[in-house]
Amino acid sequence: MELDNIEKLLEKYFEATTTVAEEETLRTYFSQESVATHLEQYAPMFQYFSKAKEERYTKQVALKPRRNYTKWLSVAAVAVLLFGIYFGNDYREQQLAEKEKAAYAYQQTKMALDLLAENFSKGTEKVAYLKEFEETKQKIYNNN
Amino acid sequence: MNQADFLNIVMPFKDKLYRLAKRLLVSTEEAEDATQEILLKLWSKNKVMESYNNVEAFAMTMTKNFCLDRLKSKQASNLTLVHSNYSDGNSSLQSQVEAKDSINWVERIMEELPEQQKMVLQLRDVEEYDFDEIGALLDMKPTAIRVALSRARKTVREKLMQKHSYGIG
Repeated sequence: MELDNIEKLLEKYFEATTTVAEEETLRTYFSQESVATHLEQYAPMFQYFSKAKEERYTKQVALKPRRNYTKWLSVAAVAVLLFGIYFGNDYREQQLAEKEKAAYAYQQTKMALDLLAENFSKGTEKVAYLKEFEETKQKIYNNN
Repeated sequence: MNQADFLNIVMPFKDKLYRLAKRLLVSTEEAEDATQEILLKLWSKNKVMESYNNVEAFAMTMTKNFCLDRLKSKQASNLTLVHSNYSDGNSSLQSQVEAKDSINWVERIMEELPEQQKMVLQLRDVEEYDFDEIGALLDMKPTAIRVALSRARKTVREKLMQKHSYGIG
């Protein structure tokens, strides 16, 4: 490569008016072993650019297909809802039946207690006669 | 679009995404994370991806925005310059080692550039994009790109000269 051509290109390069192809020429020139002494100072720049281009991204990226969870989420929600309605209804019926049973039992107990109370009051009436008898007995004792 | 198609589209330019991310974020780990994030984002868009006429440009823009956001966010305060172990090269070192050092200087010099110049220089001198592509990516006019590029290249040159004449501080 002509030396003065390189010099001209360098001048243009620092004014940023070189084309990509011309810059490639510069990079090739500076990548060789023998560079003109007065241009050696520019070599690191171009060598670095060539080197930087070699850097690679080596990390592995795991690309998982994105799953559509929303679809299954709605299915699950509907299932839970149906489950709730079905068993919820059952449960409510059970509770109603239990309440009826409890009311029946209450009625029965009340009736039984009423019967008991009635008989008790009959008992106390009879005991009232006994009291009369006791009083008369006392009168007789006192008179004697 | 299945996984194989996606990989076929993405594989050719995933290194470019990584290099741009690394240029902006400096740290290798950060850049790897950013690239992974971008690839996953792209993958989640794989249904509509076929309608993009230039997936590479789209992905590069995504990377650029992602990295700039990252730099702006508070998390960025956790970012550290991972490899600024400036070696103490003395004059007795072999010229080969010195040359290799100078190459690494360029990287460090580029770290100091403003973000926009960094990106322009990266896209142009490393990825060899033309001005139209860079303009579309960075939302810049060709003249503005030219100015930024010229400035960036001159800064790198100047700093490199300084290092050469003063040695390593």
